[in-house]
Amino acid sequence: MSEPTKMMFMMRKAPYGTIYSFEGLEAVLVMGAYEQDISLLFVDDGVYAIKKGMDTSPLGIKDFSPTFRVLDGYDIDKLYIDKESMEARGLTLDDFVVEPEVLDKEQIAKLMEEQDVVFPF
Amino acid sequence: MLHLVNKSPYSSSSLDSCLKFATKGAPIILFEDAIYGAMAGTSLESKMIEVMKDHPVYAIKEDLMARGVNNIIPGVREIDYTGFVELVEQHRPCTWS
Repeated sequence: MSEPTKMMFMMRKAPYGTIYSFEGLEAVLVMGAYEQDISLLFVDDGVYAIKKGMDTSPLGIKDFSPTFRVLDGYDIDKLYIDKESMEARGLTLDDFVVEPEVLDKEQIAKLMEEQDVVFPF
Repeated sequence: MLHLVNKSPYSSSSLDSCLKFATKGAPIILFEDAIYGAMAGTSLESKMIEVMKDHPVYAIKEDLMARGVNNIIPGVREIDYTGFVELVEQHRPCTWS
């Protein structure tokens, strides 16, 4: 079997204002079935996608944040978050439904360079 | 890695985020509304001049023309969409939309 492709899904959008974040999560789940080397990065407003305490019932739309917690079951356990984006928004690791590894911009730049492909969402 | 930016730097954080993570020497292509970042005489010009010390910056000719932008910052390289494709063939792209 060929080497798995290193693919990074980069989430940069807040969850409900646009469909990007949800679509990104769906794409991650699809790719999870192909046993590739997947990582998921939360940057900019993308960090809001994993915020705890969402209640979308007044909006009548699905809260997809719990789905991030099942990624582990699909062997997708490389979750990263940009320190600067998180801190700028007054968030800490306690605020999230999952536990991403906190990286600074140099670490993220390096990680991105190591990828075969980066998918922006 | 080749960085592709298509949003206006005045309304979006796309260019800033791209610059935050782009490693030294990585080329950046400004296309669609991002070409406003290549225009001379703006509040962004000095920043773009700094950026070009670390990165080759390209702007897509068709998008400049369509938006009537003909005064671009010296050092920004004008390419057409054929040139865009050639660069994408040479590098792994990363899109900041």
